[in-house]
Amino acid sequence: MTVQWPLEVARAAGLAVVVFTFLAVVAAMLGVLLERKISGWIQSRLGPKHVGPQGLLQTVADTIKLLQKEHITPRAADVVVFNTAPLIVAVAGLLDWIVIPFGPGLIVRDLNIGVLFFAAMASLTVIGILAGGFASNNKYALLGGLRSASQMISYELPMGMALIAVAMEAGTLSTVGIVEAQQGWLGAFAIRQFPAFVIFLVAATAEVNRVPFDLPEAESELVAGYFSEYTGMRFALFQLGEYAEMFAMAALATTLFLGGWKGPLLPPVVWFLVKMYAVVFFLMWMRWTYPRLRLDQLLNLSWKLLLPAGLLWILITGYRISF
Amino acid sequence: MLLLDWLYVGVFAVVGLLMAALPLAVVWALAPRMPYPQKTLTYESGVVPFGQAWAQFHVRYYLFGLVFVIFDVEVIYLYPWAIVFQELGKFAFVEMLIFLTILLVGLAYAWRKGALEWM
Repeated sequence: MTVQWPLEVARAAGLAVVVFTFLAVVAAMLGVLLERKISGWIQSRLGPKHVGPQGLLQTVADTIKLLQKEHITPRAADVVVFNTAPLIVAVAGLLDWIVIPFGPGLIVRDLNIGVLFFAAMASLTVIGILAGGFASNNKYALLGGLRSASQMISYELPMGMALIAVAMEAGTLSTVGIVEAQQGWLGAFAIRQFPAFVIFLVAATAEVNRVPFDLPEAESELVAGYFSEYTGMRFALFQLGEYAEMFAMAALATTLFLGGWKGPLLPPVVWFLVKMYAVVFFLMWMRWTYPRLRLDQLLNLSWKLLLPAGLLWILITGYRISF
Repeated sequence: MLLLDWLYVGVFAVVGLLMAALPLAVVWALAPRMPYPQKTLTYESGVVPFGQAWAQFHVRYYLFGLVFVIFDVEVIYLYPWAIVFQELGKFAFVEMLIFLTILLVGLAYAWRKGALEWM
């Protein structure tokens, strides 16, 4: 079979535009709106209500406003790195989605190392955050960036352990293969791999810097952390990357543990989105339930609890399958 | 087919960069640009910032970075094993048991030495 390269390049570019638009609209705009609405409801408020019906267009209005805002570059900053950092974060958030299967056949590319690829792309974000924090030449931003780096690398290990346990159970790293390995309700890896599921959820929350692990941008001590100096659309790109990453983690949790697109009656894509939004809702719920951890507590949780637990769980899974 | 997979990844990275730069171009066209000394000053809660942020920071960040690199490299070895150990049988499991034990001993050592403490 000959490959028609120009055609494939055009197809890839088209898909990239579609996925990026999907992220900007569904993950960033709808995500921020959901976040504000759910935050409001949990605190007995109404949330945004005035722009559009029930405040639905609030984030659209915000985007239009941000597009007209001046880009302020602090004169003490490292201009090139300062400008590149938001782009890195946004692109890293996009690349995750290459291996997410929305339904049978509805995947950009079923890479044979899908899960490993996802982990690698998700950890690209830390480079953008560290670069942004460092280039700002601002004390809050630098502290935020450093905290973020130490936090994200610490939680990458337990997350890797959870991913490996799932890969062992399924015998493949391809995300499509893992979804197909989960048969029926009881076959979902959330049940058979429950400890891995818990480790993954905790580590994923920490990886995307969300409460209770939001130290990098702890507003009560670090202003806004690594993006203190960012204004207008560059700030929005950081937000886009962050929400894209959060939705990607929810999508990966759906794929690896909740049976992906599988479910009765409804079309596969609907099932996938329902499960993904359920995980997103869970993350937002956590935000208003737990107080922020201290940095030493956060690192202890990763290194002294999740990492040994992950290693032990790999051993248990290996023993169960081998014998 | 493998080459095709990575072509997609490459195109995604390039197109993603362009798409992310698009709103920045819109801002360049639409938004005002009026920098003045007070505006481009580094933010420091409203006071004139003293010194640079590019100073020495605590060595403990490096410590965690080093421990991370060691463990991350070892985790990478687990990926190929996790895929094929079912076919390789019990022997592969016992081998990995030894490897993981060494890993756990390493973790215990770092723990005991206080590399995991946030002073």
